[in-house]
Amino acid sequence: MAQSRRGWARARWGRLALLTGLLGSLMGCAAPTPWVKPYEREHFADPIMSFNRNPVSSVYLEHVLESREGARGATGNVGGGCGCN
Amino acid sequence: MQLRAQRLRAALRAALHLSPFRRTLLTLCICTAPVLGGVLPEDRADVMWHDYSGGGLTVTGPSVLIRKRVGDSLAFSANYYEDMISSASIDVKLSASPYHEKRTQWSGGIDYLHGKSTYSAGVITSKEPDYKANTTYFSVSQDMFGDLTTLTLGYRRAWDQVFRDIKNVNGQIINDPTFHQRADHRGYSLGLSQILTRNTIASFNYELLTDQGYLANPYRKIRYLSPGQGAGFTLADQVYPNTRTSNAASLTLKHYLHWHAALTGQYRFYRDTWGIVAHTGEIDYSQPVGHWLLDGSFRYYRQNHADFYSDLFPRADYQNFMARDRELATFQTYTVGFGAEYQFHIPGLPWVSKSSANVHVEHLLINYADFRNALLAPSYGAGNEPLYRLDANIFTAFVSFWF
Repeated sequence: MAQSRRGWARARWGRLALLTGLLGSLMGCAAPTPWVKPYEREHFADPIMSFNRNPVSSVYLEHVLESREGARGATGNVGGGCGCN
Repeated sequence: MQLRAQRLRAALRAALHLSPFRRTLLTLCICTAPVLGGVLPEDRADVMWHDYSGGGLTVTGPSVLIRKRVGDSLAFSANYYEDMISSASIDVKLSASPYHEKRTQWSGGIDYLHGKSTYSAGVITSKEPDYKANTTYFSVSQDMFGDLTTLTLGYRRAWDQVFRDIKNVNGQIINDPTFHQRADHRGYSLGLSQILTRNTIASFNYELLTDQGYLANPYRKIRYLSPGQGAGFTLADQVYPNTRTSNAASLTLKHYLHWHAALTGQYRFYRDTWGIVAHTGEIDYSQPVGHWLLDGSFRYYRQNHADFYSDLFPRADYQNFMARDRELATFQTYTVGFGAEYQFHIPGLPWVSKSSANVHVEHLLINYADFRNALLAPSYGAGNEPLYRLDANIFTAFVSFWF
């Protein structure tokens, strides 16, 4: 009996969490007013402000460093293979 | 009061113990929330030559990357990459023979823009005589809050096959028929970029990676003390754990300077279940001068050694796991880089809107704190050799075309 009550409470809170998630996703429609207007963002269109201006060389350099260091990840790029000589 | 607190705790527990289906659904709610932005990669082709030289190792080869949009919502990318390796590194000299080999890597990707969300997926396949790896990845990016914020969620999965090369009786190099291992990898990533002011943008990245299987280098050896024998040490196979989980988080800030230049600062923190903790800091400066774009960078990295790493173990079978891979040692890395890009127009090719020629040079210095040059053991005695230091030059030259 107690187990069934717990199960019911779990299901109820699960439904509530699901509803919160759905509402949260709908709230995207009512986004806050951007504090940097689109016409104020011309600097971000400049190639020097790109996070990955030269993908072919940045992936290569990342591979070189990753195969010589213990740390990996959180760079925004996906690598593959070993090449760990 | 106490009853209310108990109920609240029970509610929190219930909320955290959602069924896998509900968890997935919630995740999808986040992934597919209404979209307000999105951009496909530019149509672009890059042809690069790379050259790495240092520590007795030379790696050269080409790389070609092409990205092309089809219609308004689809973009494809393809990359061919090649390493031609010639190695007589300190590890090879200690426990193997110098070798030459080639690694080739193909990758293909697709980006789909729906509204202002971008869905990306791709495959990478890498092949070398003693290592094969296949990777797939998927990510969803979504712009929100008036395009000031971009959230990216990613997943990747990789399957590796590890072989070991040996020389047969005829002197030919073949895969050791008694050695064939596998390693699986999974990665979960979260990225968030945020426009902070009209001149500053920030990017946060978090990645959780898990590995399972054979994670060691089959050629490298540990060494343990054996006084009175040879150079005073004996080599033995490494024994690695079969699993590894790592967490990495980075924060990048990019600022536009009013004299038309950009300054970038980055910090990354890393920690894994092998006991490695690492810090990375990097600063970059970009300055356009006429048709030229000049870049300068400095990167600092440091890590402590893995729990089961030692340069010289006291005896054979000293502990369950034993490694001497210098990537698991304590060391500091310094990288200084310089890049120059020249932008030009190709007359007679109206479909090429912009072109550039680029040269990048990096110098890499690694100072090891507990990895010694074991080749010098006969002169200094095992455990008293000078610490090893790696100096390497990395050179890339490439041309890029936008069309």
